[in-house]
Amino acid sequence: MVLKVFFPSCCSSAESGILIGRWISEQNSAVILAVVHFPFIPVQVKHYLREVQQVTKVSVSVLGSWNNSKQEKEESLSEFLEDLGTIFSHEPWIQISKEGDSKFWNCSTLQKQSDNHREEEIILVYYDQRKVMLSHLHPTLDTADHRAEDASKLSAIFNTVADSKVLFMTDRYDDGPIKMTHWQSDGVEASIIVELMKQASVPACMLLTFLLSLVSGVCNSRVLKFWPLSFLWSKLSTCEQLGHRLQHLQVISSSKKAQNQTQLMRKANVFVSLLIDVALGILLMSWLYRKNQIGHLADTLIPVADHVAEELQDLLQWLMGAPAGLKMNRALDQVLGRFFLYHIHLWISYIHLMSPFIEMILWYVGLSACLGLTVALCILSDIIALLTFHIYCFYVYGARLYCLKIYGLSSLWRLFRGKKWNVLRQRVDSCSYDLDQLFIGTLLFTILLFLLPTTALYYLVFTLLRLLVVIVQGLIHLLVDLINSVPLYSIILRFCRSYRLAAGVKFRVLEQQDGKPLRLLMQINPLSYGNVVQTYRLPTYSCYPKDSWTSLCKKLFLGELIYPWKHKGEKQE
Amino acid sequence: MAERRYRSASGAPLALRCRQHSASCRELAVRCPRLQLRSLSAVTSAVWLAAYGLFVLCENSVVLSAAIFLMLLGLIIYLHCVKIDQESLLVIGSLGIQLTSSYASGKESTTFIEMSQVKDVVINEAIHMQKVIYYLCILLRDPQDPQGVSEVVPLFQSSKPRLDCLIEVYKSCHEILDQRKTASQSD
Repeated sequence: MVLKVFFPSCCSSAESGILIGRWISEQNSAVILAVVHFPFIPVQVKHYLREVQQVTKVSVSVLGSWNNSKQEKEESLSEFLEDLGTIFSHEPWIQISKEGDSKFWNCSTLQKQSDNHREEEIILVYYDQRKVMLSHLHPTLDTADHRAEDASKLSAIFNTVADSKVLFMTDRYDDGPIKMTHWQSDGVEASIIVELMKQASVPACMLLTFLLSLVSGVCNSRVLKFWPLSFLWSKLSTCEQLGHRLQHLQVISSSKKAQNQTQLMRKANVFVSLLIDVALGILLMSWLYRKNQIGHLADTLIPVADHVAEELQDLLQWLMGAPAGLKMNRALDQVLGRFFLYHIHLWISYIHLMSPFIEMILWYVGLSACLGLTVALCILSDIIALLTFHIYCFYVYGARLYCLKIYGLSSLWRLFRGKKWNVLRQRVDSCSYDLDQLFIGTLLFTILLFLLPTTALYYLVFTLLRLLVVIVQGLIHLLVDLINSVPLYSIILRFCRSYRLAAGVKFRVLEQQDGKPLRLLMQINPLSYGNVVQTYRLPTYSCYPKDSWTSLCKKLFLGELIYPWKHKGEKQE
Repeated sequence: MAERRYRSASGAPLALRCRQHSASCRELAVRCPRLQLRSLSAVTSAVWLAAYGLFVLCENSVVLSAAIFLMLLGLIIYLHCVKIDQESLLVIGSLGIQLTSSYASGKESTTFIEMSQVKDVVINEAIHMQKVIYYLCILLRDPQDPQGVSEVVPLFQSSKPRLDCLIEVYKSCHEILDQRKTASQSD
């Protein structure tokens, strides 16, 4: 079998000593974690390793010897190192020796208990200890289905290095009995800013939790749950977005430490998402409140509403005449047209009544943009919904009329053919009608049939308008969803520290020399951006189309009211 | 280190290079034909002539600058994401198989498959456009079903060498893959 030795590249220039690490017998590979230098007392080394094993649950042991001779080969040292194999009994005892600055090392194994002497091939794999320690392998194996024999070999190596953090705390410059070389020997790394932030985050989190409990207490109070208010809250998308952000804040400010990598990344993503949202919102606010933009907006709002109303009036006048050359039923046409015109007149008067207060309302509502750009966009969507409320009303009237007509027509058509709808059995049965029933039924059928084009045209026009408004609102919600769900922290991490998110490894074959073991360099293969977004996407209350295209068309044809966007968590009707 | 000439499925010349690093490590690289200067200049002149024709029609110089910009952008995207220069296979017995594609701009995309996941390396037939071609693929083991195959990873997808080249690669791979079978039998 081939023996694989994973050697950290930071120990290439270490002085002679013994190698400590983990021996994975199923894979016949040795993961070397550090080099312990002379002088040392074997008993102390064994004691230290046992302590480390208890803390990290990684079976660390002495694996072999490392001989870095800067001058000529010292025979006595190599014999001494062989004798060490008897003190620390490990099967097989790995001996690596390096001469001067040569790139090609000698690597041999001592098997004491083997009966047949096999010439084992040895592969030397160099790895960057710091990067492997900090990296996280994807796809993540959850603890639920973690089985030892199925776990991939690479994850075993990554976990070994990551779990042995305790081992990397002592160094050869410390005054202990053990002097080791590992990745920290090049200089212990720490950041003052990170430490300060960690200290400051604890009281900040406690304050935030207290404030959030107050806010959620107010929100859940019974005052706000009365019928008109609760109906209003459920219809406004702003409230849903605010609730969503509140949940995010609760996630961040919880005092429980993140259990595993996924939770840590989720917390970080939520934090960065909130930060960027608030930053963009404040940017928007600064643009709005500078140069009296709010005043301009309020000034243009009333003329825009007037313009929309005028266009609608023109449309209705067109429908009341001969639209597109079609001949309408004069009487019904006039009735419907005048009804809708009166509605528009009411709406315009209402808008004009509100006009002096518009600027003040907009000013205060614009302040809420500091809660985030998503909140501002939701408010925009709600304002659009409120301003086009008359279109919604017209759509409902037209749809109801059309729906009634269609049901009437279908029922009278069944009467025409001598059939009836059996409500009990939910099917069509034959039925014998009296002559007068048939007569009146046929008359009504004819009337409804000839009035159908007029109603259908009104229904078509207002449905198209309603669909336009729905599409605009849908686009805004899509943008809000995008801002809510994109994992910015993961993307920035993948860009700046790509070794933290690993999809796998890649090997590079280094220069070879005959007779020496095969030399490979193991590097981390980072995750692609698409996979990063897919793995770390934040869950949202996303709105997605409720019906497929066929059922949507069917509903439109029958005149049923359509609410195309469904929010996750809404009760199914 | 031997380099032999073969042809791809569409007739373009390929070069196969086989390197033996050690008894259990072998690297097989297939080099595709480089980007030809004449095809590049043909496409460039066609696009710019069309842009000039549009400019003559609508008298707007934005068309010309847009054509130049689009041409450059298209060339960069083509070199960085589409044109593959070399596809190589690194087989390390007892570690795994590594597939590398290097693009014309120097970008390399690597995938490493561990040996425990590899069930076998076979040559399959496929219907591609109007032809039937042979391709080499790696069969991955299904963790639930020991006899089943969970995934098929095709190799040399953009160079598409012909059967003679594939047989060479197949024999090389199997020399190393069979070593692990004898190793597992003798243990």
